[in-house]
Amino acid sequence: MSWNDLKTALAVEGYVASDDLAVALQLALSLGRPLLLEGAAGVGKTEIARTLSAVKDTRLIRLQCYEGLDAAQAIYEWNYQRQLLTIRAAAEDGETGKQVEDRIFSRDFLLERPLLAAITQDSPPVLLIDEIDRADEEFEAYLLEILSDFQVSIPELGTITAVTRPIVILTSNGTRDLSDALRRRCLYTYVAYPDRATELAILKARCPEVETHLADQIIGFVQKLREEELEKTPGIAETLDFAAALMGLGIADLTDDPAVLQSTLTTLLKTQSDQAHITPEVTGRIAGKAA
Amino acid sequence: MSRITKFAARDPGPLARVAGFVAHLRENGLRLGVAEAEVAMAALAEVEAIHPDDSRRALRAVCTGCKDEAERFDDLFDSYWMDMGRVRQKVVPSPSSTISDDVHSSRDAKGEDAGASGNATAPDTEEGAADSDGTGKLIATQQRNLTRKDLRDLVRPAEIAEAEDVARRIGAALRDKRSRRRIAARKGDRLHFRKIMRQSLATGGEPLRLLRKKRPDRTRKIVALCDVSGSMSVYAQVFLAFLAGLLRADTAADAYLFHTRLVRITEALRDKDAMRAIGRMSLMADGFGGGSKIGPSLMRFADTYAKRFVDGRSVVLILSDGYDTEPPQMIAAALEKLRKRGCKVIWLNPLKGWADYAPVAEGMAAALPHLDAFKAANTLADLAALEQELATL
Repeated sequence: MSWNDLKTALAVEGYVASDDLAVALQLALSLGRPLLLEGAAGVGKTEIARTLSAVKDTRLIRLQCYEGLDAAQAIYEWNYQRQLLTIRAAAEDGETGKQVEDRIFSRDFLLERPLLAAITQDSPPVLLIDEIDRADEEFEAYLLEILSDFQVSIPELGTITAVTRPIVILTSNGTRDLSDALRRRCLYTYVAYPDRATELAILKARCPEVETHLADQIIGFVQKLREEELEKTPGIAETLDFAAALMGLGIADLTDDPAVLQSTLTTLLKTQSDQAHITPEVTGRIAGKAA
Repeated sequence: MSRITKFAARDPGPLARVAGFVAHLRENGLRLGVAEAEVAMAALAEVEAIHPDDSRRALRAVCTGCKDEAERFDDLFDSYWMDMGRVRQKVVPSPSSTISDDVHSSRDAKGEDAGASGNATAPDTEEGAADSDGTGKLIATQQRNLTRKDLRDLVRPAEIAEAEDVARRIGAALRDKRSRRRIAARKGDRLHFRKIMRQSLATGGEPLRLLRKKRPDRTRKIVALCDVSGSMSVYAQVFLAFLAGLLRADTAADAYLFHTRLVRITEALRDKDAMRAIGRMSLMADGFGGGSKIGPSLMRFADTYAKRFVDGRSVVLILSDGYDTEPPQMIAAALEKLRKRGCKVIWLNPLKGWADYAPVAEGMAAALPHLDAFKAANTLADLAALEQELATL
């Protein structure tokens, strides 16, 4: 499968990937390396993993990172409640300590968290490690170990080696510097805001019911809006919301009703200062240019 | 006519060319190891390497590791592979002999003082005033002679320790006293009524002991941004020593360098070995010099790192002379944005130490209204003297 085929396959599932992204994804698949995606919020980093799992027809296992994420939540944890109950029951039945111990430290009592689940699947799943920059640096180091060996050591149980190697996709919003070691192990692509043609294709794929004329206007409007000085630049998700809002209100042309257009901007502008900055006059100007 | 670089006939083949490309990237500051060359070859085997665009995309995915590198990659790729049909004589550069592992600072490596080009720092271009040593023109300080040197001979272990001490004292001076609640304290400014009442029960409701409370000091997070552009090169070393000291003294501190780009050096400076930390940072700093884009650098800081690392308890120290090649409005806008995060902004300008200095540089003038403090600092002594002034902030 060449990257062009992959791109087409992704497009069938409704994801319009840039050539850069398609090549990087293809390399990640064929070289078996993790792919690190960086970019602003709302450019479709998470979505690519979801689409890829649909294309490959495998499970998507997602690990959402956050500050304070630790091994217990990311890899595995023993089911303590069940172990306690078992020990209670065993005491009444008169089982010996050794037997009980063997039983409560078996796979049945192990709660698989995303990383362990990802390496024990029969067919290679897509492992999405979302917003890795939010996790602590210690966790990053731990993750490195798993990404290089694809095995997990559980002291009570021994080492679990990967049955299949998952397709790993990491995303980052670039708020924290990731370590060089992690970057070196990954292929890297910066996902930028899409250009006009790409975004139009995305809108067509996601909201086929939008008419061509309005779709052109919507994309033109959003592209122009991104050039304004905004605190939070609207992403693709916002564009789709915006289109859905306009469709819901039955608007056929952006310049028809300035008041309604202004009220739909809540789907694009997500901070108070941005909303204050884009006054009706500004909206009118942008809409005029887009039309 | 093909744009693609021709290779000399005696060159050993594609493998060497790719290795040469990786070396080319490495020379230009991308951090690549031997393993990357291997992966690059594997990647090229996966795409149609005949097509330049495919190869470019594949190599970009393998060889870059952050946005910055990805942006520079195209130029580097073009300069190696798309050299307008010129013949590239030698694909693998000979190992350079100038870099020595055991040299810690650039100054020592050259055996020559960085201040030889000290004229660049001159506030005016008249002779004499620009003399790199600058003593006599500096406002007198009361610190020991050791620290009176004009910031260039400074990066020695003993002086890092000194800088560390200064940084620690400044850190201590920058306590945040804005806590709302008071806690019990021996020498508080108010009476702690709840405690008094409780204790009075032991003496039959008679409040014999008056207990006090005060606002606790909270530590401030210091974020230092140091200008290492050409005009600051004479002062850079002292500030770098200060940064090194600061990060060693205060584990919550954060440090950045900028000239035309912004680089976070916190990680490099956290090296356990002080001299090695300076060496690592010098390497990062040496790549720069030249122009200064203060406005864009500050704006980038405000847009990216500040969102994560700067809050109401932060103090942002900007060490710069304010000579910017970009429009001054940008500095003002960036500082305004930064101030909105609730932090204090202190600008330390080495030129302010000169007797007749006035902030006439456009960038500096634009920045002034947004600063909490604007101080002179070109020797460690100056930095040490800041202690009292900062305490009153």
